[in-house]
Amino acid sequence: MSDDPIVQMTGIRKDFTGVRALDGVDFTLRPGEIHAVMGENGAGKSTLIKVLTGVHHPDAGEILLDGRPVRFHSPGAAQAAGISTVYQEVNLTDNLSVAENLFAGREPRLGPFINFRAMRRKAKALLDDIGIDLNVAAPLSSYSIAMQQLVAIARAVDIEAKVLILDEPTSSLDRDEVAVLLGVMRRLAENGTAMVFISHFLDQVYEICDRMTVLRNGQLVGEWATADLPENALIGHMLGREAATLEQIERTAAAHHVEDEAPLVQATGLGRKGSIAPYDLEVRRGEVVGLAGLLGSGRTETVRLIAGADRADSGSLVFDGEATGFHNPRTASARGIAYCPENRKTEGLVGDLTVAENMILAMQASRGWARSIPVARRDKLVAEFIEKLDIRPANPDMPVKNLSGGNQQKVLLARWMLIEPKLLILDEPTRGIDVGAKADIQKLVAELSADGMSVLFVSAELDEVTRLSDRIAVLRDRELIAVLEAEADMTTEKIVDTIVAGGHGNE
Amino acid sequence: MSSYAKRLMWPVLVLVALIVINVSVTGFDFIVPHVNDGRLSGAFVNILRRSAPLLLIALGMTLVIATKGIDLSVGAVYAIGAAIACQMIIDAPDQSAAGLIFSAIALALVVTAVIGAWNGTMVAYFGIQPIVATLILMIAGRGIAQLVTGGQIPKVEDSSPFTQLGRGELFTVPLPIVIAVLMLVALALLTRRTALGMLLESVGGNPEASRLAGIRAKGITVLVYLVCGLCAGLAGLIGAANLGSADANNGGLWIELDAILAVVIGGTALLGGRFYLLGTAIGVVIIGTLEDTIINVGLSSQWQFTAKAIVVFVVALLQSPEFRGWILKPFKRRPAAPAPAKEVAAK
Amino acid sequence: MSTQTLTERPARSTLFDGVTRYIPIGATVALLLVLYLGGIASFPKFDSPQVVAKLFIDNAPLLIIAVGMTFVILSGGIDLSVGSVMAFSTMCCAWLTVDAGLSAPLVVGLVLAFGTLWGLGIGAVIHYFNVQPFIATLVGLFLFRGLTLQISDTDVSMRDIQFFHWGMEHLVEVGKIRTGGFWLPNLSFVAFAVVIVAFVVLHYTRFGRGVYAVGGSEQSALLMGLPVARTKIGVYAVSGFCAALAGVMAAMGTKSANPLANVGAELDAIAAVVIGGTLLTGGAGFVLGTVAGVMVWGLLNTLIAFQGDLSSWWARIAMGVLLLAFILLQRVLARSGEKRRT
Repeated sequence: MSDDPIVQMTGIRKDFTGVRALDGVDFTLRPGEIHAVMGENGAGKSTLIKVLTGVHHPDAGEILLDGRPVRFHSPGAAQAAGISTVYQEVNLTDNLSVAENLFAGREPRLGPFINFRAMRRKAKALLDDIGIDLNVAAPLSSYSIAMQQLVAIARAVDIEAKVLILDEPTSSLDRDEVAVLLGVMRRLAENGTAMVFISHFLDQVYEICDRMTVLRNGQLVGEWATADLPENALIGHMLGREAATLEQIERTAAAHHVEDEAPLVQATGLGRKGSIAPYDLEVRRGEVVGLAGLLGSGRTETVRLIAGADRADSGSLVFDGEATGFHNPRTASARGIAYCPENRKTEGLVGDLTVAENMILAMQASRGWARSIPVARRDKLVAEFIEKLDIRPANPDMPVKNLSGGNQQKVLLARWMLIEPKLLILDEPTRGIDVGAKADIQKLVAELSADGMSVLFVSAELDEVTRLSDRIAVLRDRELIAVLEAEADMTTEKIVDTIVAGGHGNE
Repeated sequence: MSSYAKRLMWPVLVLVALIVINVSVTGFDFIVPHVNDGRLSGAFVNILRRSAPLLLIALGMTLVIATKGIDLSVGAVYAIGAAIACQMIIDAPDQSAAGLIFSAIALALVVTAVIGAWNGTMVAYFGIQPIVATLILMIAGRGIAQLVTGGQIPKVEDSSPFTQLGRGELFTVPLPIVIAVLMLVALALLTRRTALGMLLESVGGNPEASRLAGIRAKGITVLVYLVCGLCAGLAGLIGAANLGSADANNGGLWIELDAILAVVIGGTALLGGRFYLLGTAIGVVIIGTLEDTIINVGLSSQWQFTAKAIVVFVVALLQSPEFRGWILKPFKRRPAAPAPAKEVAAK
Repeated sequence: MSTQTLTERPARSTLFDGVTRYIPIGATVALLLVLYLGGIASFPKFDSPQVVAKLFIDNAPLLIIAVGMTFVILSGGIDLSVGSVMAFSTMCCAWLTVDAGLSAPLVVGLVLAFGTLWGLGIGAVIHYFNVQPFIATLVGLFLFRGLTLQISDTDVSMRDIQFFHWGMEHLVEVGKIRTGGFWLPNLSFVAFAVVIVAFVVLHYTRFGRGVYAVGGSEQSALLMGLPVARTKIGVYAVSGFCAALAGVMAAMGTKSANPLANVGAELDAIAAVVIGGTLLTGGAGFVLGTVAGVMVWGLLNTLIAFQGDLSSWWARIAMGVLLLAFILLQRVLARSGEKRRT
């Protein structure tokens, strides 16, 4: 096997309006190797892949393919050059048949016409080769998502790719299906195909990959041979530390809650198929419960059930002493549950509306449209929260889309603080915002819980979770595997150990 | 407030330009109204009077578009409203009875409001795309109007007070203008004095965020389509009263397209979100003035279609970020070497 | 090397899947039969073969634009300009031959080329500038109606141009109508040819399958490396060509050009396509379904004509009701599909 890299990316930079998604990242891929790209949400994995496959164009940096500089203007161009991709979302058209999806754009033809018989025969052979048996004439939509994913992989494999990129291909596959996929990958590697593998399942990464490249916040952390990087070191690299800049905030969590009181939230066997396994979770009054786990471990899914954003299909939920099944966010917020979703732009804020309007949205929604909040009261409330949360610029009439990420997050927080909830659910409130705003938000969480509000706090940054939480629920592979209660357990090391142990316990 | 003014600046400038063209061709009589037989008249007043039905429909359409929707059925609903009122009046022995006129108007408005609510229900509760849901009534609506009139064109006697709705005046101001302006004010109050406007913009701007914030989006959507249907019915009444008859085939023909055009000219984006009722009103007057301008500058009236097509095209392209990027590309590519003053201007 | 084989039968049996896929078109065909048999039962002369033949004479232009519309709707778009482009084409045929004295075949060639170019242009605007198809084609609706009216605001007769008589010449004549025979003119066969070509293109060429792929998911089609731009622009070119061809056929059918002809034809075409089982959101449907949809529209009108004292508005109302039924049916099928898959 030659050691000349097949793909060499150097100094790749990519900006999206105001956000630097990739900052001078290098990446090297050698023939016949399976190379994992690791990192948390927003680390820049997807962007790196999309730059390589021609979906995005880099703002700086160079891509060498087989030693020659290349610039792809479309995914089609990258494919033609031998770079084939399977994305997490099945990117096939499920209204067409399995065979058509396998050969779309390169169908065997007789003259100008597609030779369906030859196409079906070739499709059958291709799938047999991989180890899947399907009716290739049936529409793709009649198969499960997992099978569709395998078809997508079969398509990518057949395009005689020199480089095969697999972006979270296993997130919807079960154990047998994963085994088939890994088998196919090994065989391709033997034939010299280079593969990029992105997955949040660490056991799969360790099982199949030769090398790892770790990214964090759009920057390269490093490249290691898999054998040289034990699991806890990897997790450490992925989650990183910003302790130095945030040291002024001491661990604030203290036992605020009254032990013998009934818990505010009591979830028993709450779960949703395909999203999060049934879990038990208690939140007491005035307590901060942290949710820790890697990307894709089910952190968001856990809290969405409590917030009524998704409907649970098993278990029960007791809130404030009353059995409830929240079917939608409106009934949940009426009972005093506030949910700040993970994705500010798509699920949180209405970009065109002003700061003031975004702030009073939840309060107004609970009053109904006919009972407008009096202007004087509204202005007073908005001004109060702009000052309290130090939102800058302190202009209530500015469209919220023009604010920085940190200030947007504060607006979202203000929206929910206005309705004075009993339970505040914060999903990744500090992701992608500057250090100052981060400290402000952490301080605020501590204050709110001291005032008696319960907080469910989801974060990918373990330092933050350990600093703020009274108790920590640890998740792995869409399952809640442990709740850490003891004061001595509130360390990042303990969480990492729990995640690693949880993974091995599963096997 | 400043962003609001900025949005309105372009339509206002276009309107002023059109008025200047007309004034330069036909003199100041174009814009200055005079009182004739106790009623206001003049070219511009006539434009406003003629535009009143379009304004009513465009106002309803503005609210629908703010929710990321569209209502293609308004032209057909216009015809239905007109048909119901006229048919009911000519079926009665005494076409001047006040009770009859009121009940005819009320019935027409109730029916058109129900039709609007039906559209809204299809969109909000059945989850059908607005363009598809309202297409059904766009196709069937004129048939329904003809069903009401029995295929005839019902002619209301000129002596019937019903015609005053289109021809009468209040304190010398033509009644259609009064009604349309009252509707503008009423809707402005309804949306801006209550929280309805903000919630509409929220639902149109980001449906998922609105759901998570606890907004009752479905009820609001139905309400908005109901208002749109009601506006179309009222427009049909005014149009029919003005003509003294209801033409099920041609009454309000293509008015949905004019209304959408007016909304877009007025600064409301077809993708939903922020809406500008006043901008829509200016858009309506621009369309009305455009029709007169074409004749005043000596072109045949057939040109108005072509002119509208050009307006739609330009507005659609200007709203496309891809087009703006493509047009600005040659300017952006230039190195940023020149004087800093220019860079500021570019921003 | 993996020796394991994964087998999965489709979540629905292929037989069942076949059935759901054909439910809408099956309903349309059943509806056609009911209408036809109902006509035969109610009216003595309805069983004459010429009743069916007449469907393809009167509705040949509608069939042609509906076929073009099928391409556009399958790709997930919509084309509102077809009625106006069609009227404009008819008017150009009259104007360029009668007033300008050009030779008729040349004029027909120019008109068809023009329709295709218009489609290419507006398709490019839709794709590259990301303008909503609804708005972009609205431009065509206004523009060509205006240009048609500018050419002439009254009827222009083409009776004197021999070329335009070709369309109504009897290509097939079987017996006499009185004795149960029928005849079909050339223009019906032009429409049939369009349907056959469209069927072959949609089902047996890369472009056709690309139309389905883009309508299924434009994003996926792009990531699969399909030529999305070419496909999207292509469907509008097909629709533009069909509208121009329909205009020529209308010229041959009536031998006159009316500036206000075909107002609302785009709506009839859209309705026929949807009733023919094509999903308005794109990605699923058949061009043969469109033929059935056009026949439903034609039969409704024929029935009303036979009835005599009913007026034509009933056809419109019936179309609206059918449209509603089909849209709800599609919605129900789509929902049950979603449920079964999870």
